[in-house]
Amino acid sequence: MTTARIPLLHRYANPAAFGRLSGQILPWTAGASAILLALGLYFALFSSPPDYQQGESVRIMYVHVPAAIMSEIVYGLMAAAAAAGIIWKHALADLFVKAAAPLGAAFTFLCLVAGSLWGKPMWGAWWVWDARLTSELVLFFLYLGYLALVDAFDDPQRGLRAGAILVLVGVVDLPIIKFSVDWWNTLHQPASLITMSGPKMDKSMLLPLMLMIGAFTTFFITVVLMRLESELLARRIRAWRTAAGDE
Amino acid sequence: MVFTGLDFAVPAGGALLLTGPNGSGKSSLIRLMAGLIRPYSGRLEHDGMRLSDDPALHRELVAYLGHQDAVKPMLSVAEGTRFWASLRGRRDKAEAAMAMMGLSDLTETAGRFLSSGQRRRAALARVIAGGAPIWLLDEPTVGLDVKSIAALEAALAMHRAEGGIVVAATHAPIALPGAGGFNLADFEPENLADEEAA
Amino acid sequence: MSAAFALFLHDLKLQFRHGSDLVAPLAFFVLAVLMVPLGVGPEPNLLARLAPGMLWITALLATLLALDRLFQRDFEDGTLDLLALAPMPLELIVLAKVAAHWVTTGLPFMAIAPILGVMLHLDSASFVTLEISLLIGTPVLSMIGAFGAAVTLGARRGGALLALLVLPLYVPILIFATSAIGAAGEGLSSRPHLLLLASFFAGGIVLVPFAAAAALRNALE
Repeated sequence: MTTARIPLLHRYANPAAFGRLSGQILPWTAGASAILLALGLYFALFSSPPDYQQGESVRIMYVHVPAAIMSEIVYGLMAAAAAAGIIWKHALADLFVKAAAPLGAAFTFLCLVAGSLWGKPMWGAWWVWDARLTSELVLFFLYLGYLALVDAFDDPQRGLRAGAILVLVGVVDLPIIKFSVDWWNTLHQPASLITMSGPKMDKSMLLPLMLMIGAFTTFFITVVLMRLESELLARRIRAWRTAAGDE
Repeated sequence: MVFTGLDFAVPAGGALLLTGPNGSGKSSLIRLMAGLIRPYSGRLEHDGMRLSDDPALHRELVAYLGHQDAVKPMLSVAEGTRFWASLRGRRDKAEAAMAMMGLSDLTETAGRFLSSGQRRRAALARVIAGGAPIWLLDEPTVGLDVKSIAALEAALAMHRAEGGIVVAATHAPIALPGAGGFNLADFEPENLADEEAA
Repeated sequence: MSAAFALFLHDLKLQFRHGSDLVAPLAFFVLAVLMVPLGVGPEPNLLARLAPGMLWITALLATLLALDRLFQRDFEDGTLDLLALAPMPLELIVLAKVAAHWVTTGLPFMAIAPILGVMLHLDSASFVTLEISLLIGTPVLSMIGAFGAAVTLGARRGGALLALLVLPLYVPILIFATSAIGAAGEGLSSRPHLLLLASFFAGGIVLVPFAAAAALRNALE
């Protein structure tokens, strides 16, 4: 069979080729992630000032806010990849969505837990229905929905495609959901100013925040590359099994 | 990947017979020709025009008969046939189609009272009434008795005489004089090298 | 266009012939609402405050129950193949089926809701807004639900999965419908809330058929 010139992206749908690429990138992102996390935590926990109102518990923000940001960025990336997969039909795009989803869900969950832990010292309740937490909760279920859908099909390809369509619908609905939750929040809690966005950012608080965001981002890149590699390998194994008449 | 390297053409009035063991891809090829499945690579053309460029035309051209009969238990044979025919603007052709498949006595019978052979005949009547030029039939004779198979063969001959095309995947013998054809087992992908691009 | 209408009538005919299918979601709607006073006590002021939310939440859940019959049977008996090959766009087919589905879910809900509202001591000023919110909102529930039903076709445990997928997407409708009714109850204008709901309806009619059709094609591949 003739070996035509394979377009660049298609080449990396081959696990061996992708493994070589990720093998070059991984050590750097993993290392960067470890360093940024160490630095970020140091500045967050030790070298930055406590808030004059909230005291030490404001430090939870350094986990809560980056986690919230990542949870939304990851969903956006998933939607972009889903669109790319539908338009260009590239295997890597659909697999990226699947690889990234548990990470996005984890970030969302982390944001919710951190928010809950923050809420207890602040307002004496383990959960408050503020706009951000409520939106994050709905986003968490959007992630769970994707994860459940993708695994619910006997034919993995069909599952990936269904999941991609779901993510695209979700990303269109996400701003609407956030807007409506915001509205709902102001409707029902006009007096109190319960907000999770925290105090105004002082320069000394900005640095650890940026470090933590960087740490989470490099961590995400590292793990998503690892998961992509294993998804490609799983796909290859399935193909061999089918060819051998195993399934 | 189920098959690779297929290259065929069917003229007006012609027929194509697909054979092969289960799992060789006969149904997949029929569904592909209907437009329900997209090929991994390759193209489907009609009169020199790529069908992927005009899905609406593709749908107008084909009538599909799958493994299932799509006969609703609560609808009578006539109601079902007339509905599908009316979607193609050919409601008046439903009676003749049902008669051709020997269903004239069963037109008011609800689907849930039909035997599997009768349901198959109803599905075939639907294909006949639709008037599409290309008939794609997946195991059309399942459950049919000798008389019904003869009726089907007559319908196929009439369709081809009018310039229509018949593609049939079948285990059972069916009279399709002058039909081309091939065995899908001959087109299995050779080795994993073909999977590289997948 | 007339083909779409023919499909709409055909689908309606089929639904009515499976009469028992139609009763279950409606019965659920009524029963679930009747559970509310049993669960929170019969105090009229409390019920009145809960009424808009409870009516809409049970309408959401009852719609979920009814979604099963939208595509599943057609998928299983081969009708969906034929619909995908019919000489009309699949998107239009989705709209026709959703419309037929709404006639047997949303419309009966609208008919029964005032009675249930009375039993929950709903503010008398809110009844009209309740009906309008249902009129605009239940079609959107049917549309989004249709997308959920389409994307879970062929999935294992499709029914449970459907709720997980669709309920988060229902959140905005729930919020704006109930806030509309609440506003009316306080003598404020419900127009802005209802207009927003109407914008979901408009957006949904345009966008959902494409998403649902894509999901259906995926299920047939």
